[in-house]
Amino acid sequence: MRMSLFLTCFNDTLFPATGRAVVALLERLGHQVEFPLDQTCCGQMHYNTGYQPEALPLVRHFVRVFGDSEIVVSPSASCVGMVHDFYPKIAAESGDEALQRAVADLIPRVFELTTLLVNKLGVEDVGAYFPHRATYHPTCHSLRMYRVGDAPMRLLRNVRGLDLVDLPNAEECCGFGGTFAVKNADTSIAMLSDKIRCALDTDAEYCVAVDNSCLMHIGGGLHRQRAGVEPIHLAEVLAATEEGGRA
Amino acid sequence: MSRHAPTTRAELMSRDVEPLPTHAPAQPFPEAARISLADVQLRRNMGKVTTTIRAKRAKAVAELPDWEDLREAGRAIKDQTLRHLDHYLIQLEQAVTKAGGKVHWAADATEANRIITELVKAHATNEVVKIKSLTTDELGLNEALHEIGVEAFETDLAELIIQLAGERSSHILVPAIHKNRAEIRALFRRQLADTENLTDEPKALAGAARAHLRKKFLSAKVAVSGANFGVAETGSICIVESEGNGRMCLTLPRVLISVMGIEKVIPSWRDLEVYLQLLPRSSTAERMNPYTSIWTGASAPGDGPEEFHLVLLDNGRTKVLADSFGRQALQCIRCSACLNVCPVYERTGGHAYNSVYPGPIGAILTPQLVGVHNAGSLPYASSLCGACYDACPVKIHIPQVLVHLRGKVVEHKRDSLSGRLAPESLAMKTLGRVFTSPRRFERFQRLGRLGQRLKVHNGMIESLPGQLGGWTAVRDVYPVAPETFREWWRRRESGSTSTPSSREGQS
Amino acid sequence: MSANSARDVVLGKIRAALKDVPQSEKPDGAAVERSYLTTADAPRSELVRQFIERVEEYRAKVKTTSPDGLARVIAESCAENGLRSLVVPAGLPEGWAPADLTLLHEPGLTIDQLERADGALTACAVGIAQTGTVVLDAGPGQGRRAVTLLPDHHLCVIFEDQIVCLVPEAIARLHDVANRPDRPITFISGPSATSDIELNRVEGVHGPRKLEVIVVASA
Repeated sequence: MRMSLFLTCFNDTLFPATGRAVVALLERLGHQVEFPLDQTCCGQMHYNTGYQPEALPLVRHFVRVFGDSEIVVSPSASCVGMVHDFYPKIAAESGDEALQRAVADLIPRVFELTTLLVNKLGVEDVGAYFPHRATYHPTCHSLRMYRVGDAPMRLLRNVRGLDLVDLPNAEECCGFGGTFAVKNADTSIAMLSDKIRCALDTDAEYCVAVDNSCLMHIGGGLHRQRAGVEPIHLAEVLAATEEGGRA
Repeated sequence: MSRHAPTTRAELMSRDVEPLPTHAPAQPFPEAARISLADVQLRRNMGKVTTTIRAKRAKAVAELPDWEDLREAGRAIKDQTLRHLDHYLIQLEQAVTKAGGKVHWAADATEANRIITELVKAHATNEVVKIKSLTTDELGLNEALHEIGVEAFETDLAELIIQLAGERSSHILVPAIHKNRAEIRALFRRQLADTENLTDEPKALAGAARAHLRKKFLSAKVAVSGANFGVAETGSICIVESEGNGRMCLTLPRVLISVMGIEKVIPSWRDLEVYLQLLPRSSTAERMNPYTSIWTGASAPGDGPEEFHLVLLDNGRTKVLADSFGRQALQCIRCSACLNVCPVYERTGGHAYNSVYPGPIGAILTPQLVGVHNAGSLPYASSLCGACYDACPVKIHIPQVLVHLRGKVVEHKRDSLSGRLAPESLAMKTLGRVFTSPRRFERFQRLGRLGQRLKVHNGMIESLPGQLGGWTAVRDVYPVAPETFREWWRRRESGSTSTPSSREGQS
Repeated sequence: MSANSARDVVLGKIRAALKDVPQSEKPDGAAVERSYLTTADAPRSELVRQFIERVEEYRAKVKTTSPDGLARVIAESCAENGLRSLVVPAGLPEGWAPADLTLLHEPGLTIDQLERADGALTACAVGIAQTGTVVLDAGPGQGRRAVTLLPDHHLCVIFEDQIVCLVPEAIARLHDVANRPDRPITFISGPSATSDIELNRVEGVHGPRKLEVIVVASA
């Protein structure tokens, strides 16, 4: 199938390896991936921080960029959640009926990566090989907002060589919360401390998640502590193969 | 009364600091949280208690196959009620009056306190017994009574504890949750008679409270309560409790004054069947709480108060009602399930919110009651993790309301020039412009990569300037990649054969 | 501000706040959808079994008996618990209360007498199996509320056909007395308790510290 990659502003800028992994993975599964270069940001940061007027032009831009795509796939549950949960609301509040229609038309075609693979394509084994011990952190957006369910776990369980261990208190928020991490840094750190402690308790080499936003926070803390645990996006685990190693 | 912002745990908890009922929180959440996060005892107490009650609640809820249907009905009934609130309040007033009760309306706290203090004065008594009521905390009723020489005796064990300690409640349901048994024993030994040999066994502590309060119940002439629900159809008021102090206050004194927020009305008798299932399982995580009392109007002789007064309280609720999205906060049945699942509340405790209503519900209710500009830090006291929404028995979408209120905070901030010129406002505006244009976005990426050169060490950035320093105080930050994705993509599309650089650092 | 004008102010603000609600939408216009369980199909024996199990979980005692054995079981209970005086509400059936105890008949007792009585014996209005609850509604044989509040021991008699499964069923049964000032309703689920000290459920703060329920088989 032809798929448009909605990479997200922070992945493009800070974690391009995740983007490369998504491309490698989908191509390996026989799909055609295109990357509309005009894409920028879904507007979640502005919207969630209260700068809601700034989000409307970004909604319009997103619709312009991806409106004609057959399938839009993204390695960010939080950004896809933004599109699904808030774009209709923003469009409704704008009073622009054409925009409302365009958003309603586009949303069913916008997928987070694991839901695309498992729910839409019916694939749970992507032929991945990742011979490491890892633990999975279900991000709040993927757990409670966009609700990917057990799609990530189904994919992970089929990764050859992977030693997957349960993360204690997995469903507790890591403390990122976007600008919360800066505006309420103390509380954010208190939450991060507990998340890191749980990750360390698993003796895993890698902490896996479907959102680099959370991993940026968890990884930033792990790295500062020289904890010896690496954050990694699920896409990069799935893209890894015996022949190719990591993308 | 001390007027400076609290800097220590003791000050944060103390009643001697600026009273906070429906006033603006005395201190922004981040500052208050910093103080309470440092309290090891509190962290342990809160962690243990919220973890325990989360598990219990999950079990109680899992028992009911129709829990989700109950939640939806709970939401729908409240939603309908709010949309026709005037109709149901009038109906309630008629029914209560017909049953011999007297209904008073109070537009604000001052008016409510005036009504209540006059009623108490008319009965020539200098003490009243109280059932725990957050609504009366909102009024600062105890202080208002004190000013006319009337002592209000809290009869809930936890309220008694914090009253004796001179502290403020930190939790909707379990106000003394921040105190462990050793602290309570010490307090009772200091303040209650005949307690020299008191142990710290919860049973013994409860026994001491029982003896102390018995005398009060039997002699008090006036009782003050809140109300969990007021049924418009029949005029019945419902109080849900555990200890029996509610029953004592509702049946022994001659005069009963119940203060009810206007949002507590429910349309019909039948609706109780929904809330009497949702509330116990969500709050104390039991199938049913020990005692629920329902009465209508003034009692038959000998079976309760001869005089019953219902005070219907607005005090900002109509402001909340006026926001068609934010008004769902008024659906709250005060179960505290959201507090118990909140990762922020679990660590900071309730005092950090500086509000009668703490936790997630407090973060959306207080700013709407007192005006967002007076409580601007509360909507941001959340990582938007969504656990509260899943736990709320009446499906208040707390995260969405938080975002909605953040919009109002920013709107208010940007109404002024100084607000528009604040660093965050400028940064957000700039970024907003950057994101509307792919060319500007790419320039921004390149600029960032250029600017960070001196800051990147071994692949990470360890310090950021200004407000962003909050991040790097305890975390490293990932730098702009040596090659962004779109740069890689362009290279790939143009057929370049050189291998892409992976995640290496640069010094 | 006069009483009436406060009412006007509040109602005025409410109406102003609700201007987004269309005039055509009436309060009881569209019924709320109720897809939760309102009745249960369980056989009587299952209801009784569940009721007993759940009442006992609150650490209240339960005894079962036939109608013929009721007086004897009550007497045994009083003896086991060392009760020497018992409050007897108006309308309690003849022969229930043991003759060899000091029986304090209502109406007319003082608060002090209630305080000093060892226990109270009552009937009830309805029981809820799912939650282990007994409900009193000031009906015959149940007494005024202070009767089951002040004495330290409450002996409550319930007949099997008074037990329903779900809360909605009990609420429905109570509808008739709901608006009556002389029929206050009390739901009782176990003896008095609190969880205020480190969340330990501690029995017996105020209200009877001992609750005993006697389930009588229906004829």
